[in-house]
Amino acid sequence: MRFIDEFRDVGLAQKLAQKITGISHKPARLMEFCGGHTVAIMRNGIRQLLPDNIEMLSGPGCPVCVTANRDIDKAIALASLPDVTITTFGDMLKVPGSYSSLQKARAEGGDIRIVYSTQDALQIARENTQQSVIFIGIGFETTAPTIAAAVLQAEKENLKNFFVLCQLKMTPPAMKAILDLGEVNLNGIICPGHVSAIIGTRSYESYARDYGIACVVAGFEPVDILQAIEMLIVQIENNNPQVEIAYTRGVKPEGNLKALELMHSVFDVAGASWRGIGDIPNSGFKLKEKYVRFDADEEFDVEIPPVKEAPGCRCGEVLRGIIRPTECKLFRKLCVPENPIGPCMVSSEGTCAAYYQYGDFDE
Amino acid sequence: MNDRILLAHGSGSKLSHDLIEKILTPPINNAILSRMDDSAVFELSGKLAFTTDSYVVNPIFFPGGNIGRLAVCGTVNDLSMSGAKPLYISLALIIEEGLEIDELRKIVESVRETAEEAGVQIVTGDTKVVNRGKADRLFINTAGIGVISAGLDISGSNAREGDKIILSGGIGEHGMAVMSQREGLQFRLPVVSDCAPLNKLVSEMLAVSSNIHSLRDPTRGGLASTLNEFAGQSGVGITIEEDKIPIHDGVRGACELLGLDPLYIANEGKLVAAVAPEDAQKVLSAMRMNKYAGQAAVIGEVTGERKGRVVLKTRIGSSRILDMPTGEILPRIC
Repeated sequence: MRFIDEFRDVGLAQKLAQKITGISHKPARLMEFCGGHTVAIMRNGIRQLLPDNIEMLSGPGCPVCVTANRDIDKAIALASLPDVTITTFGDMLKVPGSYSSLQKARAEGGDIRIVYSTQDALQIARENTQQSVIFIGIGFETTAPTIAAAVLQAEKENLKNFFVLCQLKMTPPAMKAILDLGEVNLNGIICPGHVSAIIGTRSYESYARDYGIACVVAGFEPVDILQAIEMLIVQIENNNPQVEIAYTRGVKPEGNLKALELMHSVFDVAGASWRGIGDIPNSGFKLKEKYVRFDADEEFDVEIPPVKEAPGCRCGEVLRGIIRPTECKLFRKLCVPENPIGPCMVSSEGTCAAYYQYGDFDE
Repeated sequence: MNDRILLAHGSGSKLSHDLIEKILTPPINNAILSRMDDSAVFELSGKLAFTTDSYVVNPIFFPGGNIGRLAVCGTVNDLSMSGAKPLYISLALIIEEGLEIDELRKIVESVRETAEEAGVQIVTGDTKVVNRGKADRLFINTAGIGVISAGLDISGSNAREGDKIILSGGIGEHGMAVMSQREGLQFRLPVVSDCAPLNKLVSEMLAVSSNIHSLRDPTRGGLASTLNEFAGQSGVGITIEEDKIPIHDGVRGACELLGLDPLYIANEGKLVAAVAPEDAQKVLSAMRMNKYAGQAAVIGEVTGERKGRVVLKTRIGSSRILDMPTGEILPRIC
């Protein structure tokens, strides 16, 4: 398949792996921020190709995983209201909140439907005018523009029964929070591909400048990732941290101006609560005053029971890159994809799910 | 006759008889079925294989087939994977009130066509109609009986170290065809279900080799599940090479788009075999002559390492564990 096979070429991949092994002498701790990268690394066996002095850590870049318990509890509470239809991406369905999950709420009679895009949610609203249709808006800067577009579309059509529960998050503040916590001594970051396609690379410049961390934006194919690792190692070995783009076919330094404009025309930057990290100021989005009538937080008043964390679950530490999933006592024992205790075991891009599915070859 | 199925069509009344005699039986009739007694009566001798399966596919029509073809193929293939020659099939329909009779006709016609292709007879059947909403249009159950030649012992427990793993063709076609139909997704390269009866393919393989140890059709859970079952049941390791696995470009594209792994997607017209190394080439050549296995390939081998596990040599020359699928398949969100 064109434009895919080139980036999975065994010759290129092996050459890059050999080059990395040849030039890498210093210990290097690299974090891939994005869950898509975690899966690609595990699925292709990339870690097995790297020398022992390079350590790969997984970061908090899975939107389902970083959704706080309270936010899930809120979605569940909304689902129990009469005449409410919840629309959500499929990954959210099984995420355990404090007491239940959307999947359980559905089994108990809640009208909860999986959609593939915000357009599907709009269509459900058009077809069910007696129902309040709430879209659970989770995701990073990649998803935000599509939700913004849906809100504008709903306004244009004067759809009165479409709402967004806005739990969108911004990537750079979370990265900065992890660096500021100082728990993981990172030498380099594999910066997200799709998020960077929207926001560009300017936000990463302070990581290189102020924290001395090498930053390379990577695509999602194995050759993309190996190339990014190679560029990171060159920076680390030369003690020359900077922001570079390996994923040039997808990412421009300035990002996607049209998407950014769309996003900022509908949302204001606001605080957000991150699982494992806590409240981070200016790390999320909120609907602008002008669009407040689409805001499920404003429209529906629900009582949310006190938040409870699952005992023993170490998703927070996994998300901060402090431990590997295999270091959690629940992993593979009590916590399995069929019965996830924490969110990292649920999402297809969750770190624990990736470790579970693709195994640790050296385990 | 009405153009939709009514509850009365399942009531045992004149309407039921009309449905059976005018719509259901004529296309598939044969000497055993036409006696219309309470059971099919026939003689058989030797070692027998007996299997049953229910079909609840949604939608009931999909690119490359429908629930009728699927119901015959599924049972024919289950029998074939034990090395049996499928002979007789039962056909039980659970119909939701309101199904269009023309659709039912099309499905019965597919049953006829597929049974004829496979050389099996539908010898007994049943029809029930349930209220609207109590079933999803049409559910089918088929059971089947086949005979196994003397001395033949094919089982998922029989894979041996050194055996070659042969796959009969491109994976994931059925699952992706049904999924794209269900979700209204349209791809430039259309994906068509591979749904097909494999009994002739199996008999052609058995004609050239008596060293076929294991056979299985990788249906739900896909190729990854079947390989893990072989490894677990036989207590062996299996190593597979990712770039040897045939995958139609349309399936690859659709899987890329939806974030799915074709190794876990269902097939309905493919088989995986563990064959003694000395016979692998012979079996492969025989398979490639069959219209359902033109792309057959040796994709790996049975080893003595990491017993019970499957190791995948990835496209980029690394290795990882290929595990059973977990949970349901959900689309990715970012």
